[in-house]
Amino acid sequence: MIDLSVNIGSLRLKNPVLAASGTFGYGMEFTPFMDLNELGGFVVKGLYFSPREGNPPPRLVETASGLINAIGLQGIGVKRFCKEILPQLRAYQTALIVNVCGENEEEYASVVEYLNSHEGIAAYELNISCPNVEKGGMCPALKPDLTYSVVKLVRSVSSRPLITKLSPNVSDIVEIALSAQEAGSDAVSLVNTFLAMAVDVDTKQPKLTNVFGGLSGPAIKPIALRMVFQVASQINIPVIGIGGIMSGEDALEYLICGAKAVEVGTSNFIDPESCLTIVQELERYCQTHGISRIEDIIGTLDVKQ
Amino acid sequence: MKKDSRAQITRKESWREYFLLSLESPAIAQNAQPGQFLMVRASVDTHPLLRRPFSIFSAEGKSVEIFFQKVGLGTRLLSEKQEGDTIDIIGPLGRGFTVKKEIRGKHSALIGGGRGIAPLYFLSQKLKAHGGTARVFYGGKSVEDLPVRERFEKSGTTLSCTTEDGSFGTRGQITEAFEAELNNGFTVSRIYACGPELMLKKIAEIAAALNVPAELSLESVMGCGFGACWGCVKRIRKGQEPGWHKICEEGPVLKAEDIIWELGNND
Repeated sequence: MIDLSVNIGSLRLKNPVLAASGTFGYGMEFTPFMDLNELGGFVVKGLYFSPREGNPPPRLVETASGLINAIGLQGIGVKRFCKEILPQLRAYQTALIVNVCGENEEEYASVVEYLNSHEGIAAYELNISCPNVEKGGMCPALKPDLTYSVVKLVRSVSSRPLITKLSPNVSDIVEIALSAQEAGSDAVSLVNTFLAMAVDVDTKQPKLTNVFGGLSGPAIKPIALRMVFQVASQINIPVIGIGGIMSGEDALEYLICGAKAVEVGTSNFIDPESCLTIVQELERYCQTHGISRIEDIIGTLDVKQ
Repeated sequence: MKKDSRAQITRKESWREYFLLSLESPAIAQNAQPGQFLMVRASVDTHPLLRRPFSIFSAEGKSVEIFFQKVGLGTRLLSEKQEGDTIDIIGPLGRGFTVKKEIRGKHSALIGGGRGIAPLYFLSQKLKAHGGTARVFYGGKSVEDLPVRERFEKSGTTLSCTTEDGSFGTRGQITEAFEAELNNGFTVSRIYACGPELMLKKIAEIAAALNVPAELSLESVMGCGFGACWGCVKRIRKGQEPGWHKICEEGPVLKAEDIIWELGNND
């Protein structure tokens, strides 16, 4: 029997595979395809305090081995989530993580305070990095001081483990990760999508109404992996690796580079059973390599000096 | 809805840029309703990355059929599949056309523009099974855009074809042909349509003027097809509130009066 469990601070996961926010709806969308209990956990779509309309379509454009999205964090808001969705999700014995959004620091705090009083949530993932809705091009994840400030505030109101999700659209992601750590974040998850665009050469118009969107999928994996390795080498809190994971092998690369867990995103759209397939592939890898605990793989990158 | 990663292509028909694939997938075929769709993976590679949505052309016994036009990389790869190959499909998805008991003895008009004919064969069969009569209006630029007309003829469905170049049937736009028939005394109690946005918008106007219920099947770029990505939205009225709603869940078939026709909504 292979022990696939991992610990993200005080948060214990039965395996290191989480479904990523924004690619897994509110969870129930995947029940026709899988038993959610078999996941390490899942992160529901980002929630602001109030419902949000999102961006006008087209919101999606496919590029080489990638997907650019500009959904604009459309969502039902935290109250409807707690009333309509959360009671259904409580039936599952897996880590439910809520991705928390805000237009300003106060909104992040009020979402977390509202969720604190509801049972059945394992942790919060602080979305300080969504590139679609930033006004004037700024979101907290782009600056160390803004990251520190919002993480500090949310940490002070949160009754649950806090994971800060980082943006790759910065020149030094380690600096941002250190700020999150210093502010008391229990873990960091990286990366969110890469700011990107695509153009229709016949009309000379951007393919997304929003002009810019966030690139995800296999196209970003090597860059995301590099960032995860850099961050994991420099900080003391757990790192969750995200970016283009489609297979057990992809997930293993992240674990070897120091991620304690991974989030699987775009792959869920293509194969709704993807997360479970990845869990099975991790298990098979451990069997083949005589590894009894998946934690023994984490951070084992062998860099020849 | 189910995922079937090994649906076998048991029959393939092709006409230049149009293709009809018959797929063996009992669980999906048994549950399919007219107007619902499948998400089809055209390649196991990462390019193209996403599945493609296709209306269900027919579902009978163990088989479902999809009809599509080769328009890009995904449909090109799919068009290159051969009989005996297996493909990965998810379905049936979305809300299809409503066919109520009251349809018995009533006339329905089914209007399909180009590849928009895709969901209407299945619907015509179901209407007949419920004791209704269906007249199908099938239009395209040229005769080559009307490849599946024989399927309707063979099933004994009344078919009116239009081509913009006059190479087959009546010359002109499909909506003009439909209006001309209405002016000649053709009466309908229900309208169903699928095709380009401008055509659907016109149909919605005609239906509103006639005070006849109409259901329209919309096309949208989809990330997943089952409600997770929120990428396929259109401006739709749900209850009283207009908003961006997911076509994969609220549609692809919608009541004409619930669709808000505005720039960029449905192009």
